[in-house]
Amino acid sequence: MSTANLQLDSFEELAMPLFDQLYNFAHWLTRNREEAEDLVQETYAKALKGFGSFQLGTNFRAWMYRILRNTFLTSRTGLKVTMTVPIDPEEDGADLAVERDTPETYLLEQLNRELLHSAMDELPVHSREILLLCEVEEMSYQEIAETLSVPIGTVMSRLSRARKTLSERLRPQMQRGAVTTITKGTNYGL
Amino acid sequence: MVCESWKAKLDTYIDNELPQAEMYMVDRHVRSCHSCSTGTLARVQMKRTIQLAGRRFTPSTQFRKRVQLSIAPKPQRNLGRVWMFAAAAAFILVIAALTSTYVETRRAGGQVFSEIADLHVATLASSTPVDVISTDRHTVKPWFQGKIPFAFNLPELQNSEFSLLGGRMTYLEQTPGAHLIYDVRKHHISVFVFQERSLAARLDENSLSPKELPFNMETWSQGGLRYFVIGDTSAADIDHLAKLFKTAGS
Repeated sequence: MSTANLQLDSFEELAMPLFDQLYNFAHWLTRNREEAEDLVQETYAKALKGFGSFQLGTNFRAWMYRILRNTFLTSRTGLKVTMTVPIDPEEDGADLAVERDTPETYLLEQLNRELLHSAMDELPVHSREILLLCEVEEMSYQEIAETLSVPIGTVMSRLSRARKTLSERLRPQMQRGAVTTITKGTNYGL
Repeated sequence: MVCESWKAKLDTYIDNELPQAEMYMVDRHVRSCHSCSTGTLARVQMKRTIQLAGRRFTPSTQFRKRVQLSIAPKPQRNLGRVWMFAAAAAFILVIAALTSTYVETRRAGGQVFSEIADLHVATLASSTPVDVISTDRHTVKPWFQGKIPFAFNLPELQNSEFSLLGGRMTYLEQTPGAHLIYDVRKHHISVFVFQERSLAARLDENSLSPKELPFNMETWSQGGLRYFVIGDTSAADIDHLAKLFKTAGS
């Protein structure tokens, strides 16, 4: 078997297990099925082309996500999105201590998933991507830092701010959810 | 109020990212503090909820097959006849072994130069070739702040035939960089600036002459940055603009 085919084999073995999660991430970024498919396809094409420069043994997952994210950021949608995002105060330590009301958390289990989806959809792209990488992809801070090409301190402050923003956006919805839940309970009692 | 310093660590604690000793201390505190334990519970529940809600989109089987097909190795030829060509193959292998390093370096360098040419052509073909439109270097240079991980100087163009049209962000080998477009006698010239360390492994400027490209091009390294100047104008124009950049960067 030729060296090129060996390389293609190992690329396929490494890259295809990431397919579902990369597609999920791409869809969250683009918010559109066709664009997500184009983004994933382009990511795989670029990664295959650049696979020779990838050092085996280093973090392949972070490498693939970085390609996908860079491809998104230079796409028409990505440029439009990032141009409307305000510049972050990257090292905003004051945000690190986030207070969350505890009674609300018990309603999270009952929270309509659609509401959470729409709250996440409305987050700025920097917040949305970091929440997905941390909570859904379960990446370490180091891995996220590699993927986003930012220092770990920036990962921590962005993550904290994203969580805080999401909590704030969910709060009114959860309050409405609480009323609904209580009303339903009362009706059952009757 | 006493808990504020502990609460600041709860996010990192639930992400399991604190150093081991600190992890142990926060863990002990959370077990003994009602406020922090409910705060931790809140965070864990939110984390779990996002995790479930975040796994939302699934690719179609057809799409998966399409991508898989596009990256799959091509089928191997029938190996039954391979022995017939063994002598020829052995000869080729010897030649290849002798020249592999040389060829590989040329290929890597050539790939970078080709990609630069692709970026130049694709940008000029685009309906929006620049994201910041200005002839003023004091407008264009600050636009890149926060978008690329380095700074660079733009040359003063007074008393020259060149005019700045604008700039945009670009990527080469997954490395962010600056792409500037200049005009000279209705010809467009692209200037690309990247961090040298990101491309050093892929580029050996002695290994390949950019003259093999269908454009005139000049590349050099200065102050930790790698510059590429490319366009369809004369080599003298390219060289002149390159010199202006070298002066501005020194």
